[in-house]
Amino acid sequence: MNMTIAELEKKARILRLHIIKMIGIGQKGHLGGSCSLAEVVTALYFYKMNIDPQNPSWEDRDRFLLSKGHAALVQYAALAEMGFFPRKEIKKVKCLGAMLQGHPDMLTTPGIEANTGSLGQGLSMACGIAAGLRLDNKKSKVYCIVGDGELAEGQIWEAAMTASCYKLDNIVVVLDKNGLQATGIITDRYDTNPHAEKWKAFGWHVSEVDGHDIKEICDTLDMVDKITGRPKIIIAHTVKGKGITFAENIVAFHNGELTPEQFERACNELT
Amino acid sequence: MNMQNPRQVYGETLLKLGRENKNLVVLEADLSKSTMSCLFEEEFPERFFEMGIGEANMTSFAGGLALAGKIPFTNSFAVFAAGRAYDQIRQGISIPGLNVKIVGSSAGLSDFGDGSTHQSVEDVAIMRAIPNMTVLVPVDGIETRKMTIKISAYKGPVYMRLNRHDLPDIFPENQEFEIGRSYLIREGKDIAVFANGIMVSKAVRASEKLEKEGVSVRVVNVSSLKPTDENDIKKFSSGVKGIVTVEEHSLIGGLASVITYILRGSGVPFMTIGIEDRFGQSAHSYDELLAAYGLTEDNIASSVRKLLC
Repeated sequence: MNMTIAELEKKARILRLHIIKMIGIGQKGHLGGSCSLAEVVTALYFYKMNIDPQNPSWEDRDRFLLSKGHAALVQYAALAEMGFFPRKEIKKVKCLGAMLQGHPDMLTTPGIEANTGSLGQGLSMACGIAAGLRLDNKKSKVYCIVGDGELAEGQIWEAAMTASCYKLDNIVVVLDKNGLQATGIITDRYDTNPHAEKWKAFGWHVSEVDGHDIKEICDTLDMVDKITGRPKIIIAHTVKGKGITFAENIVAFHNGELTPEQFERACNELT
Repeated sequence: MNMQNPRQVYGETLLKLGRENKNLVVLEADLSKSTMSCLFEEEFPERFFEMGIGEANMTSFAGGLALAGKIPFTNSFAVFAAGRAYDQIRQGISIPGLNVKIVGSSAGLSDFGDGSTHQSVEDVAIMRAIPNMTVLVPVDGIETRKMTIKISAYKGPVYMRLNRHDLPDIFPENQEFEIGRSYLIREGKDIAVFANGIMVSKAVRASEKLEKEGVSVRVVNVSSLKPTDENDIKKFSSGVKGIVTVEEHSLIGGLASVITYILRGSGVPFMTIGIEDRFGQSAHSYDELLAAYGLTEDNIASSVRKLLC
C-alpha cells in the first residue's frame, strides 16, 4: 500500500477514533494499550505487511499476532479500515454474538490469525507459524506484538529461546514498551526491565524506535528484513493512552470507562 | 497372549504416517527416548522439534504449526501434557479447534517408580472438561496404532493417553477404530464391565475367573472418553443386572463419570473402580502400585459378585 507518512499518521488517528467509538460511554475498554499501538499497527497493516483483505487466508500472506490480545480494539480498527469486514461491525464490538470479541478470535473475525489474550502464549504460536512457513519454504513473515507487562509471563522467554534456537529469522516482534501494567507503573510494580539486554542475551537482534514516529517504525521494519539468521525484536517506546491527552500515562485507562464529557473530548482531539 | 508396548507402537506408527504425509510434524519436550518420538526424529529431523523441557511453549508452538497447515503431535508424560500445558491447550488450541494432537505418555500410575509428581490420575478429567477436545485411551498396541492413524486424519484437537508398559493384545485386528465408539470385548449376560486402558485386560481375566463360578460377564472397552456414543453404552448395558466401571484414573471426571452420566435414571446398580480422590506414589512395580489402589482383577471380580448378591 503506497501511503505517505502524513497519510499513515492520519490513519493512526483514525484508528484511535475507532478505538474511542468502540469503547463508547460507560463501558470498560482497553483504551491505553490499544492507543499506544496505533502507529505500530498502522505501519504494519498499511505499510509493511503483505495481506489481502479480499482473501484473508491467502497462503502467502504475512501473519500478525497480537499476543497482548487485550489491545484487540486497535487491531479491529485496522482490519475494518483495511476492509476485512464492514466498518459497521466495530459498533457491535463485544455485543452478544458479535464478530468482534473482547479478545481476538480467529473463528469469528476475518483477518485474525490466532486466539490470543491469555498472555505469553501468542509469541509461542507465532514461532510455530514461522517454523511451519519455513518448512514450506514460504517467504511470508510473522509479526507479533507483545507488551512490556506481558514479559512477566515465563512463556515469553521460553518462546524467545525457541526462536533463537531455531534461528527463526522470519519472525519480527514489536514490544509495546508503554511502561504501565494494569495496576501501575511497571518499574514500581513488577519490573520486567532491562528489555534490550534481555532480548540480546536470548539471541535476538534488537532495535529501538519511538513507537509514535511512523517513519522511524516503517524504516526499522524495512531494516530488520535485512537481518538474517536470528529473530528480531523492535522495542517501541510508547505512551499508554497516546493521543487522548487526559488518558496518556494514566493507569486507570488500562481498561477504563469514558464519561460523556471524556468521550466528546477524545473525539474532538482526534478529528 | 501377544504383548506390545503402546509407546513403541505409537512411535513406529508416527514414523509410518510421517512417510505418508509430509505435513505431519512431531514435537518433544526432552523425553523422546521414553515417548518413542525418537523413531520419527531419526528419519525426519527437519520435521521434528525438540522444544526442551518446556511443555507450555511446546504446546502453543504446536498450535502455531497447526495454523501453518501442519499436523503436530506433541509428546510428553501425561501429567505434564495435560497439566502443565492446560491453559495453552484451552486458550490457543481448543477455543479455535486447532488440529493439534497431544499425546500423554507414561499415563496413570504406569510410571510407578517416579511417584505422584509423574503419575497422572486426573489428566482425562482435565481434558474432558475442555470444549472441542477429544479424549482417547487405547486398550493395547493394536488400538494405539489404529487410533494414531485415525487421529492423524481427524481435524481438531485430540488428547491420547498412553500406558508405559507392554499390554496384551485385545483389540481385534480386523476391527476398525472409530472415534466415539465403544467395543465389545467379551460377551456376557449377568453384569457389564466398562473399562479402558490396562484395566480391560484385568476385566477380561476377572470374567474368565467368574465364568468358572457360573457368572457371565460382558466386557466393554470404552476407549473414547469424549465423545462417547451413548447408544453404544446403552446397548452394551442392556439386559444386565449391574454395571462395573474400571479405570486407572480418578473416579472424578473419567470413565465412571462418562458411564454414570449416560446411564443416569436407568436404575441399574453400579460399582465404580478407580483411584479415589488422591495422588499416586512410588512403588517397586506397576502391579504392586495398581493393587494398592484397588486396580486388580480380584477387585473387579468381587465387585461383580457384590452386584449379584
